Amino acid sequence: MRASLAGWAFVAPALSVILLFFALPVLAAFALSVTDFDIYALADPRNLRFVGLDNYIGLLTNPLFWKALGNTLYFVVVGVPLSIAASLTAALLLHSKLARFKPFFRTALFAPVVTTVVAVAVIWRYLFHTRYGVMNWLLSLAGIAPIDWLGDPHWSMPTIILFAVWKNFGYNMIIFIAGLQAIPEDLYEAARIEGASWWPQLRHVTLPMLGPVMLLVSILTMAGYFQLFAEPYVMTLGGPLQSTVSVLYMMYEEGFKWWNLGNASAVAFMLFLLMTATTSGLLWFARRKGVE
Amino acid sequence: MKPLRQRWMPAVLVNGALLVVAAIALAPIVWMMLVSFMQPGEASHFPPPWWPEKPTLHNYGELFLRAGMGRYFVNSLVIATGVTLVSVLLNTLAGYAFAKLKFKGRERTFRALLAALVIPAQVAMMPLFLLLKQMGLVNTYFGAMVTGLASIFGIFLVRQYARSLPDELLEAARIDGAGEVRIFFQIVLPALRPILVTLAIFAFLGAWNDFMWPLIVLGDQSMQTLPVALATLSREHVQDNELMMAGAVVTVIPVLLLFLVLQRYYLQGLLVGSVKG
Repeated sequence: MRASLAGWAFVAPALSVILLFFALPVLAAFALSVTDFDIYALADPRNLRFVGLDNYIGLLTNPLFWKALGNTLYFVVVGVPLSIAASLTAALLLHSKLARFKPFFRTALFAPVVTTVVAVAVIWRYLFHTRYGVMNWLLSLAGIAPIDWLGDPHWSMPTIILFAVWKNFGYNMIIFIAGLQAIPEDLYEAARIEGASWWPQLRHVTLPMLGPVMLLVSILTMAGYFQLFAEPYVMTLGGPLQSTVSVLYMMYEEGFKWWNLGNASAVAFMLFLLMTATTSGLLWFARRKGVE
Repeated sequence: MKPLRQRWMPAVLVNGALLVVAAIALAPIVWMMLVSFMQPGEASHFPPPWWPEKPTLHNYGELFLRAGMGRYFVNSLVIATGVTLVSVLLNTLAGYAFAKLKFKGRERTFRALLAALVIPAQVAMMPLFLLLKQMGLVNTYFGAMVTGLASIFGIFLVRQYARSLPDELLEAARIDGAGEVRIFFQIVLPALRPILVTLAIFAFLGAWNDFMWPLIVLGDQSMQTLPVALATLSREHVQDNELMMAGAVVTVIPVLLLFLVLQRYYLQGLLVGSVKG
């Protein structure tokens, strides 16, 4: 009895913070998304009207929303596999028995993860500057004409993807290393006795054994990449030609630039829906493949 | 045993590849520092210069004397420290209770918390802004802190770690007549010290690097944090590369140093947090 009371007393502060500043606002967001809450309602709540699913229907007929959805999916579909491939490569290199100075390399490769997105995005804007950037200088050494990385709608999203891969690969790398360390050495021993070189070992021992880790990493990375916002905000302002407007960028502009908070809430819920659907799809796919 | 020719080639390849990847990871950070010491306009040349011709602190002076960087730095420090202190206490209390104290509805509450992890934080932001506006907390430190004061991830982290505390230790203290609060502060907290450090770094880095919520809730320039101010500055000073790099240095170096000193705890926490319990 005493323990029961103490238990609730101990979780109460954290729970009330989460309830007040997260759970209730999430419920309220749904309520908000079925109203026409705009700048007039912000001034006087009496201007608020119930509009049913109008905001959602409006989004589905809004070309900018489809554009934002397409851009975000582009970022996720290309960015997530690239990030995971980079993380896995780095992890395999660092896990190799041949690697020297492991602590140094691990710290160096992880460093971009702890940096501030806004600050490093500012750096990348300079590195990818059309006239003075180091990327175009490197290209010029190879005899390639300069690319307008952030000013050309075909290149803006690839540039942001490259940035995201650089910034984030260290995180999954650490998880992969832990996964690699958990693979029993006998499996490799057996493969070597059968004469398998490193590539068959990777394909038939390492990758299958990493299945569950791969699933976890994919889910975490996808959830993170769906929330693309700061990169376009700093590097491109959503441009050029709206080629880097993400769903969250649209939500921010709708909500806090134009004060259409009802509509912005609908955008947020659409993103939530999309994330849930993709995660479920991934889990379904993994189960069918026999990974748990 | 491997044939001789295979002995050193793979080693060269592996370490060579690691060197290249490390260079790619670190080059932007190193270059940011170098450019921050260049004269105004020096970086805007082709080919881009690597080394400051005449190193200067001009950009830093400009930032702190004219652009109010000192104020933004203090704002960031106050908000990140506040979030760290409060969230470590709240998450530890809750995480310990979920692990070791038996109470009615414990498992169900914890499962509900875990389920809530799938909801992206941005969904809550529109109503949260209205709520804080109602409470008069827009443009205040507390307003910027609310999203980090307790975290489900943090509670989960503590719970995972606290489960390994021996029950006999707690029982013995109870038989001796110690109250739950005293047990928590005198026995549990010291035993949880490693995970507290982990929790604190996560909270501090998270709050320091956070962008979207501070951008929304701190419209007033004098209250802005470093990332928000830097984003604004970078939109105004598109051409001033040296100044922007100095701003990036001021923003990034504190967290980078913190990570370097405490990385053991950080990486450990990352692994505990990513293995499902």
